[in-house]
Amino acid sequence: MSAVADTHGHAHGAAHSHGHHGGYGGIMRWITTTNHKDIGTMYLWFSFIMFSIGGLMAVVIRLELFSPGLQLVDPDFFNQMTTMHGLIMVFGAIMPVFVGFANWLIPMQIGAPDMAFARLNNWSFWLLPFAATLLVLSFFMPGGAPGVGWTMYAPLTVQMGMGMDLTIFAVHILGMSSILGSINIITTILNMRAPGMTLMRMPLFCWTWLITAYLLVATMPVLAGAVTMTLTDRHFGTTFFNAAGGGDPVLYQHIFWFFGHPEVYIIALPGFGVISQVIPAFSRKPLFGYASMVYATSAIAILSFIVWAHHMYTVGMPVTGQLFFMYATTLIAVPTGVKVFNWVTTMWKGSLTFETPMLFAVGFLFMFTLGGFTGLVLALVPVDIQLHDTYYVVAHFHYVMVAGALFAAFAGIYFWLPKWTGRMYNETLGKIHFWLTMIFFNMVFFVQHFLGLAGMPRRIPDYPLMFETWNKISSLGAFGMGLTQLLFLYVVVKCIRSGEPAAQLPWEGADSLEWTHLPTPAPYHSFETPPVVK
Amino acid sequence: MRGTKVIAALAGFGGLALSGSAQAIAWYFQTPASQLAADIDWLHRLVMWLIVVIFAGVFGAMFYSVYAHRKSKGHKAEQFHENTTVEIIWTVIPAIILVAIAWPVTKVVIAQKDTSAAELTVKVTGYQWKWGYDYLKGEGEGISFLSTLATPRAQIEGAEPKGENYLLEVDNELVVPVGKKVRVITTAADVVHSWWVPAFGAKQDAIPGFLRDTWFRPERTGTYRGQCVELCGKEHGFMPIVVRVVSAEDYTKWVAEFKQKTAKAAEDDTKTLALQDLMQRGEKVYAANCVACHQATGRGTPPAFPPLAGSKVVNGPEEGQIDVVLNGRPNTAMQSFKQLSNAELAAVITFTRNSWGNKASEVQPAEVKARRK
Repeated sequence: MSAVADTHGHAHGAAHSHGHHGGYGGIMRWITTTNHKDIGTMYLWFSFIMFSIGGLMAVVIRLELFSPGLQLVDPDFFNQMTTMHGLIMVFGAIMPVFVGFANWLIPMQIGAPDMAFARLNNWSFWLLPFAATLLVLSFFMPGGAPGVGWTMYAPLTVQMGMGMDLTIFAVHILGMSSILGSINIITTILNMRAPGMTLMRMPLFCWTWLITAYLLVATMPVLAGAVTMTLTDRHFGTTFFNAAGGGDPVLYQHIFWFFGHPEVYIIALPGFGVISQVIPAFSRKPLFGYASMVYATSAIAILSFIVWAHHMYTVGMPVTGQLFFMYATTLIAVPTGVKVFNWVTTMWKGSLTFETPMLFAVGFLFMFTLGGFTGLVLALVPVDIQLHDTYYVVAHFHYVMVAGALFAAFAGIYFWLPKWTGRMYNETLGKIHFWLTMIFFNMVFFVQHFLGLAGMPRRIPDYPLMFETWNKISSLGAFGMGLTQLLFLYVVVKCIRSGEPAAQLPWEGADSLEWTHLPTPAPYHSFETPPVVK
Repeated sequence: MRGTKVIAALAGFGGLALSGSAQAIAWYFQTPASQLAADIDWLHRLVMWLIVVIFAGVFGAMFYSVYAHRKSKGHKAEQFHENTTVEIIWTVIPAIILVAIAWPVTKVVIAQKDTSAAELTVKVTGYQWKWGYDYLKGEGEGISFLSTLATPRAQIEGAEPKGENYLLEVDNELVVPVGKKVRVITTAADVVHSWWVPAFGAKQDAIPGFLRDTWFRPERTGTYRGQCVELCGKEHGFMPIVVRVVSAEDYTKWVAEFKQKTAKAAEDDTKTLALQDLMQRGEKVYAANCVACHQATGRGTPPAFPPLAGSKVVNGPEEGQIDVVLNGRPNTAMQSFKQLSNAELAAVITFTRNSWGNKASEVQPAEVKARRK
């Protein structure tokens, strides 16, 4: 299998020792690269750019919501902002950042020289800028970007201008990229592990990605189907989602959420994997309950396919349907609980230190669990009927997506930066980044629970006066949170350009192959001869 | 460029923040006005306490560990990493807790879905962006009206101070008698909307082409307010729901008054009105029903909402425009406005035919009446 490693470089054998970059220099190196580390780096930077764009949109939303009344944007543009903020953050920022991790780490953690399909890997990445361009271009179409929410419910989508079509094509391309990337990850993990690296010896990060990749392969085509049906309803006279022609608007919601709920775990599981590497390293103690973590992750993934309609309790399902989806949903609390208990027990009686990655991991653990608990509240049909489509839901999923996935990504970036760059970031600045993010995040989103309970609907550009105070606090928090991420950029750039050289093993407790069997920074080509894992 | 704009806006708003807000801070459910809403409140409290206890337990342990098992305190890591008994315990106990709370929750779910034996049935239709109410069965049967946001545009745009019920006030409130079981049948004319009155614990999506139902039994008289909660386009934030719960006698009185008003409107149908009266009344009807899509300028917001200024239909034959307004245009956002009276329709059609540079003949109530199917 090692024959698939970078073919450009293998043209002449002597090149190995030069640390060459695939034969090209400058921009062509990045366009033509088939090296998993280069591609991982591109994924990471791409997701940071999209994170910044999506973040700017969040700032526009929070500026408009700072006071009741319409001040900054008209309601139509406001809807475009909420829609694009959601789509860009989910598909452009959070999903690619973990694919970046997968590219960098999976080959090193299983002792493989590269990903199984190196050229496909290049193409999986280079699809993304095209999709992102389509998304951004939609703002410049007549009628602007779609203002339908990231869920793109029918039949509102039929009323949109051409921006909707560009968004649909962008989703197609993003889906293609995800499916190709997933096939690559599955093949790599199943076929390219070093001798002795059995599945049950893999670092948990590889396990969570293996399961995530299966979820992606199973659900992205479903999303593609949903948006394609939207496209033909818009232009070719079909009536999939139009009752006048025998269709049903709710059918769209079923198809969308059959994708959408597993998507939640597509976003969360790789983060779980990162946390499962970071917590043991800084506890100087092996992960507690490795096998049960693998089983719990699998159980979550399987259950995620039978709970989708809990996003639709208010559409008017029969009572048996509501009960089934409620019971199935609450069941997810069991394996999720197992994971939280295992992480806490891993810390128990360890020898703990709190460098930035560990701070983010503990922050993740604390606040992701909070998001999980509000998920349990929302799983109960009667309570959800009161809270559905209010700010309570907005608060809930930001605890899962930001305090969950994003915090895990930050933990991972600080953890592996020395391995990637050979340099250390500034620990003090990293800690400041954590604490500011933690404080501002809670300022933005904790108060939104109150807004939702008190009855503020989501996706509105203006609101009744009794919601003003919490909205002001939330907006101020959002501006702080946005500025804090500039500090993050500064820390990373400073680390790359002028950080102190990192030690071979900067983290005492790190024990996966990329730390124990490879120099720091990791060489351009690693494990051309597989290590033997005992 | 954007950066400086954002910073300038921030500085401006920062000053505003200090001025504070006059309204009391809402942070929990509205006071329940029905048994169902009270049950939901109770379930929510039950689950919250459960969560607080588990949360305190788990994170109490974690923070103890953070405090006591630090390397800086010289704590040496133990190397245990597996214990099947523990794993089984923390799988089974949460499962048991879930089964225990499933029972009370299930009872409420079943009660919430039971729309039988209603004493009053009202059909609620979601439109972009207003609600239509049709009293289908029970006292007041046959009553039908549209309910639109009553907050003046000037308040929204900041030209006037905002009133107490800013964005939560309508021209025609849904009126129901206290203590009676009201079944609400929802549907929509264009896109999905969602009808919600928090104090009743009743929320039901309104789906175009389908009928769905929910119910409530208000226990106290008073006015209860909610908002549309499913994104339905540009003015989604501006289509509130207001329900006025009155005593049985007041309800009977209201029904009689409403019927009287309708009878008077029927009289108007046969009158011939002067152009000036039509224009004046038409402007009001336009402001309440048409302006959100077609805009005060008559230019609309294409492509979804075409302009009326210079439109072929508006400047064309009377029958053509009457038909569009009466029946709507299938598969577009243009809905049917047949709930409005003939006089109102004649007025608004005349208004559009003689505004924004349009020049076409006036329309009389009798002509509208003649085209009704």
